[in-house]
Amino acid sequence: MSNAILYCIPAHQLLPAELPLYACPIPAGFPSPADDQLDAPLDLTQHLFRNPASTFLARIVGDSMTGAGIHPGDLIAVDRALTACDGSIVVAVVEGEHTVKRLRLRNGRAWLEAENDRYDSLELLADARLEVWGVVTHVIHALEGRPAATPLRQWHRKQA
Amino acid sequence: MYALIDCNNFYVSCERVFRPALADQPVVVLSNNDGCLISRSDEAKALGLKMGEPYHLVRPTLEQHGVAVFSSNYGLYGDMSRRVMQVLTGFSAQVEVYSIDEAFLNLAGLRYTAPDVRAYALLIRDTVQRHVGIPTCVGVAPTKTLAKLANRLARKQPLTERAVVLTTASECAAALSQTPIQDVWGIGRRYAAKLREYGIETAADLAAQPESWVRRQLGGITGVRLWHELHGHPCLDFDPHALDEDGCLLPAGGRQRRSVVCTRSFGRPQHAAEVLQEAVATFACRAAEKLRQQHLAAHLVTVLLGTDRYKARSGPATVSTTLTLPIATNDTGELLKAAHSALLRLWRPGTVYTRAGVMFCGLEAAGQVQTNLFVTASDQRNRPQLMAAVDTLNQRFGRGRVSYAAAGVASRSAVWKGRSAMRSSLYTTSWEELWQI
Repeated sequence: MSNAILYCIPAHQLLPAELPLYACPIPAGFPSPADDQLDAPLDLTQHLFRNPASTFLARIVGDSMTGAGIHPGDLIAVDRALTACDGSIVVAVVEGEHTVKRLRLRNGRAWLEAENDRYDSLELLADARLEVWGVVTHVIHALEGRPAATPLRQWHRKQA
Repeated sequence: MYALIDCNNFYVSCERVFRPALADQPVVVLSNNDGCLISRSDEAKALGLKMGEPYHLVRPTLEQHGVAVFSSNYGLYGDMSRRVMQVLTGFSAQVEVYSIDEAFLNLAGLRYTAPDVRAYALLIRDTVQRHVGIPTCVGVAPTKTLAKLANRLARKQPLTERAVVLTTASECAAALSQTPIQDVWGIGRRYAAKLREYGIETAADLAAQPESWVRRQLGGITGVRLWHELHGHPCLDFDPHALDEDGCLLPAGGRQRRSVVCTRSFGRPQHAAEVLQEAVATFACRAAEKLRQQHLAAHLVTVLLGTDRYKARSGPATVSTTLTLPIATNDTGELLKAAHSALLRLWRPGTVYTRAGVMFCGLEAAGQVQTNLFVTASDQRNRPQLMAAVDTLNQRFGRGRVSYAAAGVASRSAVWKGRSAMRSSLYTTSWEELWQI
């Protein structure tokens, strides 16, 4: 049980009263003890980009690397500062186009491997210049819903 | 020692990072509105295409040679520039970003970590190329002016070199004699012509003149500083910003601006009064912002409207009218009112306009405005604070975040906005346009 006291005030006396609006939230409990130690939210780029100046994000179109867990619509982080070695997944330039493949360097030979049985490996002949654009460091793959990040008008257009 | 790192054909190079097929192809980038050529690959230069040539005039040549043409994509270029500058900070504690594609590095104190300056210059060059994909030229010398000169010489070297280091006096002397006078940083065309009358053809000729002569003939103290810099004595207060927009030395005392202009061609010709009004208001807002940045106030407000210059038709191509304000101001509200009434005087129904502009003249220092006996600046009490607040907000959150309704609420997509039909994607700064592989 609680006691309530009722006051009766005529409405016409109330009307001219100016009521201030407090736009800030007024805590009804005790003040948050964490208020003094607010940190910025975790920034994923700090984790993904060891070299922010040389790291580029790209969206994957195509399924030649599904065996390596890189699916159409995924985001990849590509670092140009890293040196590619045998087994690196790289962005290479082949005939003026970018492509994501696994780099193989063995016995003085170099080739680019797809990780999908439907695609052949691409041997880089002795006279062809191997041009590695950058080394893929991360894949961001959504397990549910649409493939990563915000509106993808362009991506859908490309798929259609 | 200073190093000047200058990106080669920067805008074109940015496009090529994401379009490797264009590596050896002729490529050009157009200015705002697809107006003229502002960046050309070496192959495009070899075709005889000149800087600043109007796109519609060289279009047949571009098509004939299959030149790849891009509208300017400043979102991309800005991000790539940021990356280049970030890489450069790894090479010196003092990086002075001079323009979107140039930076000075102060190499003082690197005597022990980088005893071989030439090797260091090449390392900078190679690292920028590898990490960001942008080719650069590097010039190293005891002063900024000489570094600029060294950089210019580096541009003439084959692609694998492109680094010039001037350490000894004889190297500097040789570089000075190879540099025509108009190529010296700070000597514009006008000064070059004047100096040639005195038989000064190269940077070496200028350096050989006595200091007193330079003081008299070359804009006073600024000229003397330039002369000292050519001699390898750094002038810490040598401020190339004392040069005008063309890179010419401004005569001493005449450094104040004469006018502030904001003018642009429309993407498509416009005739509706409302559209023009919105465009003019936007330009007025922008020009007013420039006024305040430079602590100036304007007396005269000019509005210009341009009709199609290239159509065969009689009559002037540009019409303009000027209003005089009773008291000089840099208040956007008042300038907008004036610009609006000037526009109403000019606008003729049925006429199709291709460009518009706003110009503020009669400038004076903002704090010392001459008052008028017959007009009192009423309602002015809090206006400077309001303007300061608007400018601060726009600086912090991006241009146009807070604007006048007269400039239009949807001006980002306004019909008079520029043409950029061939813009590449915002590969690095937009989720929607992200680079795709």
